[in-house]
Amino acid sequence: MAEMQRAAESDQPLLVAEGLARSYGRLTACRDISFALYPGEVLAIVGESGSGKSTLLQLLSAQLAPSHGHVSYRMRDGILRDLADLGEAERRFLFRTDWGYVHQDPALGLRMAVSAGANVGERLMGIGWNNYGRIRQTASSWLQRVEIDVDRIDDAPRTYSGGMRQRLQIARNLVTEPRLVFMDEPTGGLDVSVQARLLDLMRSLVNELGLAAVVVTHDLAVARLLSHRVMVMKEGRVIETGLTDQVLDDPREPYTQLLVSSILPP
Amino acid sequence: MTTMIEIDNAEKTFTMHLQGGVKLPVVRGVSFAVDAGECVVLSGPSGAGKSSILKMLFGNYRCDAGRINVRHDGAMLDLACAEPRLVLNVRRRTIGYVSQFLRAVPRVSALDVAAEPLIATGTLREPAREQAAMLLRRLNIPERLWSLPPSTFSGGEQQRVNIARGFISNLPVLLLDEPTASLDAANRAVVVDLIDAKKKAGAAMIAIVHDDEIRRVIADRVVDVTAFGAAA
Repeated sequence: MAEMQRAAESDQPLLVAEGLARSYGRLTACRDISFALYPGEVLAIVGESGSGKSTLLQLLSAQLAPSHGHVSYRMRDGILRDLADLGEAERRFLFRTDWGYVHQDPALGLRMAVSAGANVGERLMGIGWNNYGRIRQTASSWLQRVEIDVDRIDDAPRTYSGGMRQRLQIARNLVTEPRLVFMDEPTGGLDVSVQARLLDLMRSLVNELGLAAVVVTHDLAVARLLSHRVMVMKEGRVIETGLTDQVLDDPREPYTQLLVSSILPP
Repeated sequence: MTTMIEIDNAEKTFTMHLQGGVKLPVVRGVSFAVDAGECVVLSGPSGAGKSSILKMLFGNYRCDAGRINVRHDGAMLDLACAEPRLVLNVRRRTIGYVSQFLRAVPRVSALDVAAEPLIATGTLREPAREQAAMLLRRLNIPERLWSLPPSTFSGGEQQRVNIARGFISNLPVLLLDEPTASLDAANRAVVVDLIDAKKKAGAAMIAIVHDDEIRRVIADRVVDVTAFGAAA
């Protein structure tokens, strides 16, 4: 806990975006985006469809190269490196170990036809684990952590409900103890009661593990529950940013006020 | 006496863009200071800006002008221009906020809701839960409810869980937004005792209370918010 606290208050950013922009032909999806994410910090990117938030997530997670600007990440040696200059081995280390990526559609982040245990174990084998018993034991402890009945370890996720698939995807991502997790609409497409359970689970895991996360969501309730800080995007730009409760309770920009006032009270 | 809070010419205006950009001035020229071990009560009619001032002090509302100095880790820090993660650090270690309303998190038990601020500052889970249990008992929350999430509790029970959560930590500054509203006489007396104990422990408190009797008992000083009326 004390260690986590120190990590959360670290003075060195984990991920830094500087002047990021991306255009598709004449269409500009993102422009002029700069921020720093610190260890243990959860940043929500909110905005409606087409605001550029998913493009931004792809730029930050090195799945898309920026047209302008840079994304840098502090590798485990403590040195901040431009993602564009990383070698293949370093990129692999990020994707397989140090980063997680939770897709909105679990079918994109899981292998649907192999067992749940293998889905979690595969990430461990990717970082060199080869003791079958140990892999299986770790996989079952992670299934328990995400509240999946261990009896289902040998079933393929295509036999799982939507909420279970999403929890399995989270387990697969977290088993390598990443320092940074990207999440793209992690609760999208789930029933409200299933969403609440998933959110609660994500909130406690992020806290316990001291993870940094970038969460893209159009749901302000998700941003409020999970994030420390929020960036509001519109037409490819960040139009407002700050402490999550401050932006949501005292929105300054017209578009943010519209977003906040469009929520139906429960 | 150590000054814990020093507000200097703080100002807040809401601009309502969805209503044609109409400006709602809330407060202007807010200036007062609070020492350790002192409870200052904000007074003024409803709508005078008492809650807004409290929210600015917590960093929940932005401050448009002026300074909000808070003693954090031994040095004064201007919360009005602090970065988000610094504000969060101040909330974890320096300023606590007790509102009337509990923002319940699904599936977290009343005991854990109350214990969480202690755990967040490094107390181990079990001792934190023991302290939470002590407070819940003192605030007359029946033990059979402790393991349940408070979202299903009555308004008064939720408020008392929130009070337990607010008073459990040893933060040097506490903001109290009508902590006794809608409580019965016995529970009001418990809250008055809790406030008194915090004072003796050296906490600086800023409170909003509508009950004249409670105000008379807890206030070391009253600051009249109508003096900061932005319309004036």
